[in-house]
Amino acid sequence: MQTIYFTLGSFLLLTLGAGIWRALRGPTAADRMLAVQLFGTTAVATTLLLAEAFGNAALRDVALVFALLAAVTAVAFVRRAWPGEEVECDSE
Amino acid sequence: MTPSDYVASSLLIFGTLFFFAGTVGLLRFPDVYTRLHALTKSDNVGLGLVIAGLAVQAESWFVVGKLLLIWLLVLLAGASVAHLIAKGAMRRGVQMWKR
Amino acid sequence: MEALTLLQWTFDSLIGLGLMWLAWRALASPQLFRAVVLFVAFGLLMALAWVRLDAPDIALAEVAIGAGLTGALLLAALARLTTAEKAHNEADQSGKRNHAVRTSRWFPAALLLMVAAGLAYSVLSIPPSSAGLSVEVAANLDISGVSNPVTAVLLNFRGYDTLLEILVLLLALLGVWSLGGSPSQRAAPAGPVLDTLARVLTPVLILLAAYFLWVGAHAPGGAFQAGAVLGAAGVLLLLAGWRPHPGFMQLPLRLVLVAGPGLFLVTALFTVVMGRHLLEYPPERARILIVILETAEALSIGTTLAALFRGERPQEKERQ
Repeated sequence: MQTIYFTLGSFLLLTLGAGIWRALRGPTAADRMLAVQLFGTTAVATTLLLAEAFGNAALRDVALVFALLAAVTAVAFVRRAWPGEEVECDSE
Repeated sequence: MTPSDYVASSLLIFGTLFFFAGTVGLLRFPDVYTRLHALTKSDNVGLGLVIAGLAVQAESWFVVGKLLLIWLLVLLAGASVAHLIAKGAMRRGVQMWKR
Repeated sequence: MEALTLLQWTFDSLIGLGLMWLAWRALASPQLFRAVVLFVAFGLLMALAWVRLDAPDIALAEVAIGAGLTGALLLAALARLTTAEKAHNEADQSGKRNHAVRTSRWFPAALLLMVAAGLAYSVLSIPPSSAGLSVEVAANLDISGVSNPVTAVLLNFRGYDTLLEILVLLLALLGVWSLGGSPSQRAAPAGPVLDTLARVLTPVLILLAAYFLWVGAHAPGGAFQAGAVLGAAGVLLLLAGWRPHPGFMQLPLRLVLVAGPGLFLVTALFTVVMGRHLLEYPPERARILIVILETAEALSIGTTLAALFRGERPQEKERQ
């Protein structure tokens, strides 16, 4: 099972790297924020895999904090740091 | 490898495939809104499958509950953040891709 | 080489190379927003590195503070910078372009390379299986009052360092408060989705903080992690448009901010007055002392981080 955990972990890291490309490239600011979202979810999955691989139950708490803090950072982006002027649109 | 190992491994591999699909969507889809779809849906399903695979091997029901809690929170946060980003992008005039 | 070791090496090199690449791209980004996003990503990958090294305490602190809260702080600062720049550009229409002064980069590069070489030499010359101080810590764990060695070191054996760190955090807040106001930002009212998210996540975060505080005695957790999670709850509330009661913002807020460092200082003074060394707890009281100190720390750290995010000093109440 250990080989499976580390193989899948490496694969997830590779998908992470590909996602960073979108953060570098993405024409709009929202595209860059998507990369942080990707990071959050992939990091949760990788941490849970490593928690099982090392047999360390405390790492699952780390995964929980990963999920919540990535959400808070994304909300901070949406509410504060998004460059550009807001225009009211009528279709919600 | 016991049978539960096989079940767990296949669930984990399927989960990772969904993650891969999500990243492919993130790279290839034409605009922010479609990329949001790919990322949120695919990654959350992938995470669910990974957690299912880990739950099969968990040492107690408490751990299964904790894993489920993590998945539910990621679902809630992911969906809300996706909505907020999409609404914000629409308000800032990001055009939707038309064929 | 055995397959598993090869896989572990692959995993480690992916993390290491990814960290270096992210750091380079973050520093080399011409746009500030992109740099901040890459920095947050760097923090998350760093936390993954700690997870790989099987260090949950540090990983918790890195995720909560290094990636999450620092990311939020940088984003808020970026927003203020952009508003200030816009106001400045509107006022100053001379059309000057900012020229980047191009000095030689070779000297700093050479200096950094020498430092990196020195660091690499010292790291590589550590004997691979040295136990460090873990033997001494394990031997003295039962008089420390807790069974988690990290908490024992942070709150008992090296409590002096923790006291100084907390004072530094308070000092940072004082620095931010003394900078004065920032151009006010109009924020749209929070929609139902953000409102619900804040309503659901805040109790979860508070519970999580209490959990880390409690579990820190025997498992990874502790005051800093709990405080950082509390700070995240405060940041989320502020982002969702919640403002604390104005009466809270004067004296009670300051009391909460000072409670942690103040209690620590009082304990330090007490141990000196009682004739022991600085911050040497009596072994039979160590456990309860650590619990009290950790609770006060967590509250103070959480409030300080949320206040740092808010940025503005609470306005004085107008006296009639």
